[in-house]
This record gives sequence, structure tokens and C-alpha cells, in this order.
Amino acid sequence: MADTFNPKIIGFLCNWCSYAGADLCGVSRYQYPPNLRVVRVMCSTRISPDIMLRVLREGADGVMIGGCHLGDCHYISGNYYTEKRVDLLKKLVELSGMEPERVHLEWISASEGEKFSKVVTEFTQKIKNLGPTPALRNADIAKNLEAAEEAAKGFRLTALTSKQYNLLTKGNTYGEKLDQSKLESIVHTAADEEYERALILALTHGKSLSVKDLSKKINVPTDRVLEHIVELRKNSLIAMDHGHGQTPTYRAIIIGGE
Amino acid sequence: MQEQKTIEEPRIGVFVCHCGTNIGGVVDVKSVAEYAKTLPGVVFTTTNLYTCAEDGLASIRDSIKEHNLNRVIVASCTPRTHAPLFQATVGEAGLNKYLFTFVNIREHCSWVHMKDKDGATEKAKGLIRMGVARVRLLTPQDEPKLPVEKSALVIGGGVAGMAAALSVAKQGFPVHLVEKEKELGGFVKNLNNLYVTTKDAMESIKPFIQKVTSHPNIKLYLNSKVSDVYGYIGNYEIKIDTAGKETKTKVGTIIVATGATEYSKEGLYGYNVFKNVVTLAEFELMCKKKILPKAQRFAFIQCVGSRGQDKSYCSRICCNVAIKNAINIVDNYDNMLQIAQQNNKAIPEVPVEPKAPEEIMDRRRRRRGRGGDEAVEEEKHGPGENMEVTVFNRDVMSYGLEHELIFNKAREKRVRFVRYTPDRRPEVVMNGDQLTVKYFHETLKVEREMPVDLVILSTPLVAGPDSATISKMLKVPLGQDGFFLEAHVKLRPVDFATDGIFVAGTAKGPADITEAIDQGEAASSRAATPLWKGYVQAEALSAKVDPDVCSGCGTCIDVCPYGAPTKKEDGLAEIIAAACKGCGCCGASCPNNAISMTNFTDEQLIAEAVAGIKEAH
Repeated sequence: MADTFNPKIIGFLCNWCSYAGADLCGVSRYQYPPNLRVVRVMCSTRISPDIMLRVLREGADGVMIGGCHLGDCHYISGNYYTEKRVDLLKKLVELSGMEPERVHLEWISASEGEKFSKVVTEFTQKIKNLGPTPALRNADIAKNLEAAEEAAKGFRLTALTSKQYNLLTKGNTYGEKLDQSKLESIVHTAADEEYERALILALTHGKSLSVKDLSKKINVPTDRVLEHIVELRKNSLIAMDHGHGQTPTYRAIIIGGE
Repeated sequence: MQEQKTIEEPRIGVFVCHCGTNIGGVVDVKSVAEYAKTLPGVVFTTTNLYTCAEDGLASIRDSIKEHNLNRVIVASCTPRTHAPLFQATVGEAGLNKYLFTFVNIREHCSWVHMKDKDGATEKAKGLIRMGVARVRLLTPQDEPKLPVEKSALVIGGGVAGMAAALSVAKQGFPVHLVEKEKELGGFVKNLNNLYVTTKDAMESIKPFIQKVTSHPNIKLYLNSKVSDVYGYIGNYEIKIDTAGKETKTKVGTIIVATGATEYSKEGLYGYNVFKNVVTLAEFELMCKKKILPKAQRFAFIQCVGSRGQDKSYCSRICCNVAIKNAINIVDNYDNMLQIAQQNNKAIPEVPVEPKAPEEIMDRRRRRRGRGGDEAVEEEKHGPGENMEVTVFNRDVMSYGLEHELIFNKAREKRVRFVRYTPDRRPEVVMNGDQLTVKYFHETLKVEREMPVDLVILSTPLVAGPDSATISKMLKVPLGQDGFFLEAHVKLRPVDFATDGIFVAGTAKGPADITEAIDQGEAASSRAATPLWKGYVQAEALSAKVDPDVCSGCGTCIDVCPYGAPTKKEDGLAEIIAAACKGCGCCGASCPNNAISMTNFTDEQLIAEAVAGIKEAH
């Protein structure tokens, strides 16, 4: 298997540093395996976690993100956001049951052609060792990735990821700078919650389920599922479905209907 | 309207380039082109030997008309160098240039998979499939035409800055020339004489300075700093701080000519540890100001702190400058010392800090980014005699047309050139009270000691103390050595990657005066181009807000470093296209997904990436 496995790796490279570094790598004739497919973006900050989750769900064996070195971003601070987005991405990939090592972030400058070849070679080997993506073989993981994508698109995670840089460097409205590890744990807690809520919404899409059913399906204690249900009801995302018997069941509200 | 084109069925033309053997030698170009023909929407494919040659460009123009193409892909080299050429070509054939996509099968394929021809061919097919997926979804864009403020800002009043300012001014445009010190001249202010002439360096450039100060189009700001810059090509709002007084003005383009300073490090060859050890620039200043110790035995040490010692690069000018000073010592040191004595400016020795003469202290403070005051310490001493000058070097590079002759002249004057290798560098030591250079004689293969009176260290030029501040303020990059980094090392020597800002002189690396003036004039020509044109065409890359989805949360305003998103009266966000650089940070940060990036939409990026995964087997 390992011999015939030809990984598919998508690389999102920023125009100014890592794409240019890849160009220089070519000009200098540094060689690397032909598994990488590059998508050029103006800045690595452009790539939101949901885009990368989608790409992983579609069957990429690995995703590489290349940006300018911290402090050298062509757009001043873009890559600081990239760092936070990739951090969230890795967390969600892990929650989905996939190896977070399939995501690789690297700072490569326009002058680091040799480094580019080294990074791609090593990452390709790493993915070969990990084997083909489970997203295409394991329907659960594919569904999990879809839920993770929805969670990543949501207001809470997007806002939290995007506000981190300013909270750490400039501080909040009161000028208080937040502690990095504290902020990280806030984001990770939010990721856990949003991911589970997205799973609940996916499972109750067009189907009524009880708290107990949900608890079993997503492997989360019933009290925590109930908390999620309460939160989702507050946001008019789920409704109680008065089906039969004593146990209340819940069904996702489909906005716009189907 | 053009919008209609988006709903048109795509008719894609794919042009696959051999690039001679660069691509064709590795990738099976013909089979790649045949494969491209099978992709959805592709109605025409061809191969070119060199797509960028005139016949290649003509084939693009002709095919667009003949096959009624509404999308074009060129699979060849890198968009970073060649996209503008092909975009212009499709434009000539009447196709909106935003309906063009570049596929890189050279730098990212044939050149990096030279030993895996099948793998490279397969990858080239994959890359074209991705390009096709992308190009199908592209939409035509209009580039906004923006007016240009017809004036320029030049930061730095050294020779490069003056040359730039004068040239822009002569073309009839107002120039704001900002110099942080109290007079023009930059690094030349420290120099004793320029090559060939023995005239004082400032005397040599005086006519130049006069032209600058008297030119009606040049507004000079001395003792000033640029404190703030906001805007984009054609429309910069700048603030100039003159001793606390602020001037606000608008300019269209900016030239950075902030110069360099020389490197020094305490303890390096006894610098600032032993007396009588000075840098080359300090020695020039001492000769200029005629503050000199009695000395007869001089040792220049070349490549001090450069070429791999502390800095990686060669500072280029030091060989010639050391040779000039060596000749100057042989010819003039006695005279200079006499003048110093007459003026009571001779000194017994050059002490280390803080006792070093104030001129040198002042220079050292400026080098570190601090200003200095005046005050001179003086003492007298006896006359100089026959000079012994030794130049310890790794290799003498007296580049330039006449400089080899000057090198020969120095040897005729019995200046000794002693070679050393980087693994056996000379050492400066103190034998009792005697300053001594210990060195390994490469020819005789023996350790030797040479008592000397003055050691002159040829340290490299390094980026000026303000480079980092200016780099941050203008959002232009510094290279790994701290000098400003031009857009392309060979093809765009005075441009920054950011439109509207240019660089000249030693701010971007060691250069002599001729080169600094060359660059100043080159930058002036680049900077004046948009001023003559009167407008700039901004690339259509900007972010767009969908007002139906925006909730007015303000995240985009928080994350944008350019202030492009603003809040409208209704509380919703709006992007000022002219200020937007198209990075996409706001797009990825918008919690409501209300912001899309022109031709870098989620849909386009995902389509492109997914096409890269779904291989055709």
C-alpha cells in the first residue's frame, strides 16, 4: 500500500513569500516529490479554516499552508491571523477523528527556495507514513469534517479566531491584554462546543432525536447535550418536536425550508 | 453589460508552453495539451515553443478571435513575472484581463521534478485541471482609475535622495525632501575626499546641494522626519515632523533614500577596547576635521565584520575606500597633521569611549540612532614622518573602470597589501603599550607581529538606524541584512513590491556615490511615471461586503491594517476599494461570511483545490 500510495497534497501559498519561495526553489532546481498542488492566494490569511476542512473532506491527504515569516507579512499582520486560523483548524481536524499532522503550516520567505523543497519533501513523506486520508473511507469522519466545517463557518469561532491577534497585542476595549494560553483555552473550549452543536444539528437535520439518542451518537454526556440543545434553541436553530411518548425529541430548524 | 459574460458558457483556450526545453524537456507537453482538451469548457488547446515570444502572443490573440474564447489559460512559468504580459495580450484581443489564469508548470513542476518525467507530466495535467476549474468561475472586473497627486516625497537628503529629488523637480513636479539632519549630504558629510580628487568631499558635492536647495520645486525639510504615511499610490497623506512642528501634505509617490551607516562592534579587532583603533568612516572623518594623532605605521584591516564574519555580504566599497585612504596617508598625512597642529587639533592618540573626540562620539551616537552635540577635546603633538601603510585583506576587489589603476598607484607608493584567509584572521593586540597586529603571513607561512600606531577597520555599510521604522511605516520589506528589499533583485532594482514606493542608494545596500546617484535618478524616473500619467489603475482585487448579510459587528474594521473597511451610516461595513490591498484577511475573518474577495472567492478557491484532488484516473 505504502509503495503505491501517491498522496494528494494541496498547498495554499501566499503570493509574496512562499509562492515566490517555491518559484525560487524551481529556479535553483531544488527537487521535491510531485505530490503538491499549489493554490496561489494573495495572503495566507485568506484561507479560512472551513475552506481547508472542505478540501480535507473532499479527499486531500494533506494540506500545507505557506506564509511569510512572522513580522515579514506583505500585508503587515496577515500571517498572525493565519497562525490562529491554523490552530483552530488543527483542533477541529482532531475532533473530527483525523490526524492533525495532515495540516502543516510553514513560514517560507521568497529567498528560501531550498527550504521550500525540504519542507515539501518532508511533508510528503509524513503523509505517506500516515497513509491515505480516512475522509474517503470512513463515512463518520467525512460527516464529522462536515460538522467541523459548519462550526468553523459559524459566528463564534470565526469571531474568536479573528479577534485573538488584536486581543493579544492591542488589548480589549479596556486596554487589557489577554494571556495567550488563557485565550487559547477559550478558543479550544468554544471549538469543542461549536463542533458538538454542529454535530447535533447535522444529526437532527430532518430527523427528531432525543437527548439520550444524541448523547449516544456523539458520545457526549446527556447533561452536556442538553446544554447544547438549550443554547441552540436560544438561537432558534433547533426546535422541540412533539412526537410520541414522554421523551421530548429535537429537530434542527431548516432556515428557508427544504 | 459585462456581467452577462459571467453567465456565458465558458469557452476556454489553453496554451501550453514548452519554454524551449525548460518545460518540454521534462513534461510531455503534447499529451498535457491533449488532456486539457478533454476538460469541461475547453474548446481550444495548443502548444507553443515560447508562449511569451511574439508569435506565441499572436497565437493567443488570434485564437481568442478565431475560436471566440472567453477564458484563457497559459500554462508556462510563474504569474509573478509573466502574468502582466499575458493579461495585456488577452486585453488586446478584447478579453477582460481578469478572465485569464496562469498555470505554473515550470518553477512548480518541470524544474523541480526533473528526474520524474511521468510524475511531472501527471502534475502538469493536474495543475491545468485546477486552472480550468478556477478560470470557469472568474468574473470580468473593471479596474478603477484613480487620480494622482502630482508631487513626490523623497526621504533622505544624501546624494541618492538629492539626485532623485532634483530629477523629479526638473520634470516639473513639486518634491518634498525630508532630511533628518541639519544639512544635506548624508554619508558624504563624513568623508574627507572623493576618489581621484583631493578636494574636500562636501566641496565636491556643493554645486549639487546648491541646485537642490535653490530649485523652486523642491521643498526642503531639514531636522525633520516623516512621522506618518497613510494611503496608496497616487494618494499618500504624509506628516512631516520638524522639531515637534507638524506639516501635513499629500504626495503621489515616495522615494526612500535613507542611506546606511557603518558597522562597528566593541571588541572586534580591539575596537573601542584599545586606543587608536577606529573604523574606516571614523578615520575619514578625522582626516576631514584634521583631528589626528601623530602616527607613522598604519594598518587597515579589510572585511571586518563582513563576508561571513558578522554580516554575510561584501560591502563592496571598502576596498576602494581603503586604497584611497592609504594613498592619502602616504601623500598627505604629514600635511594634515601639520594643519591639525596649527589648529590645536592634533591629539596624542584616539582614546576609547567615552574619551574619544567628540566628532567621533557624535558619529557613533548617530550610527546608533541618537543625536549628538558638539565639543572638541584637543591637544598638540609632534610632526609625522615616513608612512608605513599596510592593508590586511582577503582579496582586493577594486572594481570600476579606473580603480584598478588607483590600486596600482597605491602599490607604487609602497602601500603593502597582505593577504589573510578567514580561518586565520589577523588579531589586534596590545603588547605592553604597543598596539600590534598579529597575523599569519600567507606566503611565508609564518606568524608575524607588526607594531602599528593606528588600526583602521574596514567595516561594512549596514542599514541605517531608521530603516526598521520606515519599513513599518511604509509597509515595505527589509531583506535579511536589514537593507530595503527591492521588488526583484535583477529586473526591478529600484521598485518596491508595493506600487508607488521606490528605493535608491545605500538604503538598499552598499553603493558608491556614482551608483547612489544612478539609483536616485532611476528611482526618480520610476516615481515620476505615475505623476506624468496623472492616474493609476488599481488592480481589481478588493474585498466586497454583501450588505444583506453584514451584521455590522466591526470585525473587518479591527483586522484590516489599511483601514479599508469602514462603517457606513446604517452601521454596516463598506470597503474603500482604493485603500484595499486584497489580502483577504477581512474575508476570512468575517463572522457572517458577508465579505467576498474579488476573484479569490471561497467558491473559486475550493473549486481549484478540489480539482487538484480529484485526479483523472
